[in-house]
Amino acid sequence: MYAYDSYDRTLVMERVEQFREQVTRRLAGQIGEDEFKPLRLMNGLYLQLHAYMLRIAIPYGTLNTAQLRKLAHIARRYDRGYGHFTTRQNIQFNWIKLSDAPDILADLADVEMHAIQTSGNCIRNVTADHFAGVAADEIEDPRIWCEIIRQWSTFHPEFSFLPRKFKIAVTGAPHDRAAVKVHDIGLRMHRNAAGDIGFEVIVGGGQGRTPIVGVTIRDFLPKEHLLSYLEAILRVYNLLGRRDNLYKSRIKILVAAVGTSKFAEMVEAEWAELKDGELTLPATEVARIEAAFAPPSYEPADPFPPDVIAKRAQSKDFARWMRSNVAAHRQPGYAIVTLSLKPAGGTPGDATAGQMEAIADLADAHSLGEVRVSHIQNLVLPHVKRSDLPQLWEALRALDLATPNIGLVGDIIACPGLDYCSLANARSIPLAQQLSARFADPERQQRIGELAIKISGCINACGHHHVGHIGILGVDKKGEEFYQVTLGGSADENASLGDIVGPAFAADRVVDAVEQVVETYLGIRQESERFIDTYRRVGTTPFKEKLYAAH
Amino acid sequence: MPLIKQGRIAADPFQSVADGVALPGEGPILIGLARWQEERGLIEPRNTAIGVRLKPAEAVGQLAGDLDRLALVALEFPKFNDGRAFSQARLLRQRYGYKGEIRATGRVLRDQLLFMHRSGFDAFEVGDDITPEILAAEIETFSVVYQPAADGKLTASALRHPLPASQLTAGERDVPQVSCKCAH
Repeated sequence: MYAYDSYDRTLVMERVEQFREQVTRRLAGQIGEDEFKPLRLMNGLYLQLHAYMLRIAIPYGTLNTAQLRKLAHIARRYDRGYGHFTTRQNIQFNWIKLSDAPDILADLADVEMHAIQTSGNCIRNVTADHFAGVAADEIEDPRIWCEIIRQWSTFHPEFSFLPRKFKIAVTGAPHDRAAVKVHDIGLRMHRNAAGDIGFEVIVGGGQGRTPIVGVTIRDFLPKEHLLSYLEAILRVYNLLGRRDNLYKSRIKILVAAVGTSKFAEMVEAEWAELKDGELTLPATEVARIEAAFAPPSYEPADPFPPDVIAKRAQSKDFARWMRSNVAAHRQPGYAIVTLSLKPAGGTPGDATAGQMEAIADLADAHSLGEVRVSHIQNLVLPHVKRSDLPQLWEALRALDLATPNIGLVGDIIACPGLDYCSLANARSIPLAQQLSARFADPERQQRIGELAIKISGCINACGHHHVGHIGILGVDKKGEEFYQVTLGGSADENASLGDIVGPAFAADRVVDAVEQVVETYLGIRQESERFIDTYRRVGTTPFKEKLYAAH
Repeated sequence: MPLIKQGRIAADPFQSVADGVALPGEGPILIGLARWQEERGLIEPRNTAIGVRLKPAEAVGQLAGDLDRLALVALEFPKFNDGRAFSQARLLRQRYGYKGEIRATGRVLRDQLLFMHRSGFDAFEVGDDITPEILAAEIETFSVVYQPAADGKLTASALRHPLPASQLTAGERDVPQVSCKCAH
């Protein structure tokens, strides 16, 4: 993975000193909260319901074990012993003291991490496929380009006060695990007819209160032009994006207002001025960053270790875990293992300091010292020898990290909701806990098959409910928590937005409602048809009939 | 409001004239874009320095042909989180090659001075909390930059991979080179 050189290190250290000075001015009362707010926000520091929340960037979801141990240290020393991995491959600490924040940033700088641009109306942490570099179907490692974008976007003088926040995601594989179509810019690497690798550029996707699937403004962008093209998009947006209404200021609103082809024209016109200029990436710099993401040296490994075959036959639990939590690796004899942060009844995405440290130890022993964070709020050990799987499984079980539910009904995304967030209308976490408890039976989960439940506590959609196969949105009805259910959303290469199934459900009815949806699906699915495919075949009607039959 | 220009407190020779108000008989003036476009024929013969105020929504390109006549372009930050003037300044400097004064007006926040400087501003209408010393310190907050901008500062990428001297222009050759710190 990428390691800082002296330039990267210097910049992050200087940032720590800058923020320390800003906090000092704030604590001394030299600046008021109004003036301080934009400064702390640029450092990922939010004032929540109960305390400050610090959001730390995990660029493209890649961590080494020293970094993970440092996060554990921060959880223990400055927080309440745990952290929360988010849907944007960041980690959040919910109980931070302002006066500690500069020290935390200094601790992070020691391990080449930061909280730069994890909030504010700027280019946010760039996200990627959590299987980058190891996925069997990958064309090229998207993290090379994420790191290039990370550097270009860091303290960009022109684009730090955009109309609104700006999120970029990159995938290098045909199967989109990075949800690129619901980002402000989504970049999908592919080969053109000549066999060259470049980017499909998708803009204007997003969730929030106006969910939109992004549109393609360029089918193929040669890689060396990436930054000049991004700069062209951002400049058009910075100058023309709306600033009069918070809810209409994302780029998706601009793209929808002017139309895709007109927007593409404006970008191309701006790009014509920037192309082949100083933003063209020098081949030597690309090569330097590529080298940092070169595949590690794998040992020769048995693709079918007899121990694994035997264990599979002997333990149903192990077999289930293999089926849902272990994915194909591009290197023969290796596997990708997803650690579920969604135990039945747990808080999605939470990990304790002890778990983080134990995961770091396991990653050193079994995953070449590397860990990934997925936008589905799980952790991944990307380089596991298949022969290590039985031993690793035992260790993960002891840590409550081996729940066999990846991609299944228990693998729920939930925003922090009303338990933490000052924007929320309703609680998300308790609902996720009740749902995962209701569907706790692993046998049942595997019988149901691939199913993504996503829960947001308000219309801002941090829990991605619009793209959940089953989406749940918390709404406030005269001071009471209600939940609106949507069906048929999807965040992959066939991205779609869910349809509202009918009137919202009271808090004590929503778990039953979800179960009814699932049972309805099981009754009408054809053979091994996935939930999303059944839904696309039959639409809302059969679900609606069941859900509202008694009313 | 104090004006800091090229790093020093400076007197402002320009009289800012609101739209619809009669122009003073003599001396440098700062006027709105529409007035410049409409009354150019009357204004140019004054033979004094002319500045134009550009609103955030006004396209810089409208001044493209006039820049050699303008000693000052004043750009506005109506509130701290309206960042359009950053793009306007970069376009003035880098697309249209404007060499005159670009002045930041409105809500000029201390913690944005570096970004303004990098975008091409060289004059700042500031509150009493900002002195030339503070401006100088803010501009030096970061010794490393990642992206080319109007200040011409060499990026980390350029410093990592210095071009051979034969490929540099005379000006660039004067910049101290740092040896390549990467593996290549």
